[in-house]
Amino acid sequence: MIRALIAKARQSQLNRRTLLAGAGAGATALALAACSTGGGKAKPTPAADKSETDKTLNWANWAAYIDEDDAGNYPTLQAFTEQTGIEVNYDVAVDDNNTYYGKVKDQLALGQDIDADLAVLTDWMAARWIRLGYTQALDHANIPNLANLNPALRDPDFDKGREFTVPWQGGFAGIAWNKEAIPGGLTSVSDLWDPSLKGRIGVLSEMRDTMGCIMLENGTDIAGDWGDDEYTAAIEILREQVENGQVRNIKGNSYLEDLKSEDTLAAIVWSGDITVINAEAGDKWEFALPSAGGTLWNDNFLVPIGSPRKTNAETLINYYYEPEVAAEVAAWVNYITPVVGAKEAAAAIDPELAENQLIFPNEETLQQAHIFRSLSGAEEQKYQAEFQSILLGS
Amino acid sequence: MAFAAFSTAEAQPQAQRKRSPIALFLLLPGIAYLVLFFLTPLVSLILTSLQAPSEFGDIGVYDYAFNWQNYVDVVTLYWPHILRSFGYALVATIAALVISYPLAYFIGVKARRWPLLQSLMLVLVIAPFFISFLLRTLAWKQILSDESFIITSLKALSLMAPDAHFTGTPFAVIFGLTYNFIPFMTLPLYTTLERLDVRYLEAGSDLYANPFHVFRKVTIPLSMPGIVAGTLLTFIPAAGDYVNASRDFLGGPDTQMMGNVIEANFLVLLNYPAAAALSIILMAAILVLVGIYVKRSGTEDLL
Repeated sequence: MIRALIAKARQSQLNRRTLLAGAGAGATALALAACSTGGGKAKPTPAADKSETDKTLNWANWAAYIDEDDAGNYPTLQAFTEQTGIEVNYDVAVDDNNTYYGKVKDQLALGQDIDADLAVLTDWMAARWIRLGYTQALDHANIPNLANLNPALRDPDFDKGREFTVPWQGGFAGIAWNKEAIPGGLTSVSDLWDPSLKGRIGVLSEMRDTMGCIMLENGTDIAGDWGDDEYTAAIEILREQVENGQVRNIKGNSYLEDLKSEDTLAAIVWSGDITVINAEAGDKWEFALPSAGGTLWNDNFLVPIGSPRKTNAETLINYYYEPEVAAEVAAWVNYITPVVGAKEAAAAIDPELAENQLIFPNEETLQQAHIFRSLSGAEEQKYQAEFQSILLGS
Repeated sequence: MAFAAFSTAEAQPQAQRKRSPIALFLLLPGIAYLVLFFLTPLVSLILTSLQAPSEFGDIGVYDYAFNWQNYVDVVTLYWPHILRSFGYALVATIAALVISYPLAYFIGVKARRWPLLQSLMLVLVIAPFFISFLLRTLAWKQILSDESFIITSLKALSLMAPDAHFTGTPFAVIFGLTYNFIPFMTLPLYTTLERLDVRYLEAGSDLYANPFHVFRKVTIPLSMPGIVAGTLLTFIPAAGDYVNASRDFLGGPDTQMMGNVIEANFLVLLNYPAAAALSIILMAAILVLVGIYVKRSGTEDLL
């Protein structure tokens, strides 16, 4: 009996093996703490350039964002390879700024190659990469065609003088409506809150575009010096319209499905998409910049910090800044080209194309489009948290 | 009596000592796999959930700390989503059980006489797996959109209010969850019902039990392992699901579940500690709920 009790007591004691196991787990935890990206205070350094010997280039871009022929080839890229001998691996790797960032951020922080020598990211995300030191400075001597860059885009607040980024394509966020269901059309963001459209309105999950349009409607200059008060006033409008069921859904690219299935009859949208779905599903929708103005954004080329082929990347940027090439791309993707002279080149291909205000906006149209100012890290966190609280409901 | 019990207790350690080291050796790959792909991420997740924002840091920069406050914050901020997740998962599990049980009973018991029909029906249950469930969920979204045939017909028949809609409602999300997890419920039910000895049912009738009584007292207890396995296979993934409730699929802003909150915190807000804390809470809550459930349903052998 007593022997048995002693045996039991022994069992419950901490033996050497469990002690070791505990220590092991502790060591694993420490090792993890050491190697994962907790602090990230030191900025990574650029990789050595081996473009001289390595004539390849990895380009991470968005879907349907370059000219494509019926066979699925990219004619302008093929011409580039013939001209320069640089083999381009074009990769549709970016389908959302946030998910792409989530995928590559740890490698970037360590200065590793993310298998992209050129990535195309929207202004605010490009601004974050610059801030965190995740991009390489461009050598403008390798990009003489940069002289063709639209003067209005030369000094954005996040990258004065375009030291790190160069615009690829841009676009507007504005309003679009189903012409059959709303024959009278819409003119302002407030028209979206009309009770007859209850439950049939969509807005973008991209904070800057949705909030930008609402703030402009409120009379705020989104490019200028605004703060919490202006933002809060706009977010209360959105919150009310979502909570009372006026806004059906808040989406990224998939808002097009809702327009097509007529779950939504009007929405805050991106300009180029409407041209595409009109071509795909019958000429049913119309886009307009709201009377109070819409947002203008750009997607930018940048060279990630770990890329060893920066010169090749610069060669490609230079190529796409030739007006003829830019016109060819613009004709296919339906977004705004930043290249001066592309309009004239496009007129040579198709005069009607050159008059399309969504691709080649004139001064008057551009006056109506505004760029959302850059946010600091703290502002970004605060404003995005408020916006997400609406997206997530309660 | 007492001495007998102790002597057997002593015999066991001896048997263990005789075990050859080969068994341990064979276990090594499995243990290494678990340590590498389960334990390491889990430890990393727990450490992340306790991080605090770095001083003067940019968005998404955190330092290791012991900031347990993160857990309090996410619970106070997201308790509706936590409750909603388990609520939706519970309703979807019950709905899937109600739909799957007759189906599994028919395939496993009634269709025994026709093996061809039995296998054909099983194939039909598994058939949806041949298409990605994302595509199937998107298809439902199209089928049940406002201007679709089904919804306009329902409105014409006054079965739906003229300004009502289906997509983006809690009903749509629960519908999607139920639909997507029906095979996970049907297959375990089928495997237990397939082995059901119908002579027990005959015996029940011989003892003057009516069919309902036989079902309740004989069939259900005998199929309990299948019910428990099926409900677990449905409830656990349904509670963590973020596809059906996503705004891009069947959900709307007021149907977001825990998975969507974790996604938003991780990808958009770059609030990794909050996302990690929510993941741990989800895991712990499921573990506790499942533990209670299995204990109460009397099938501990399953664990």
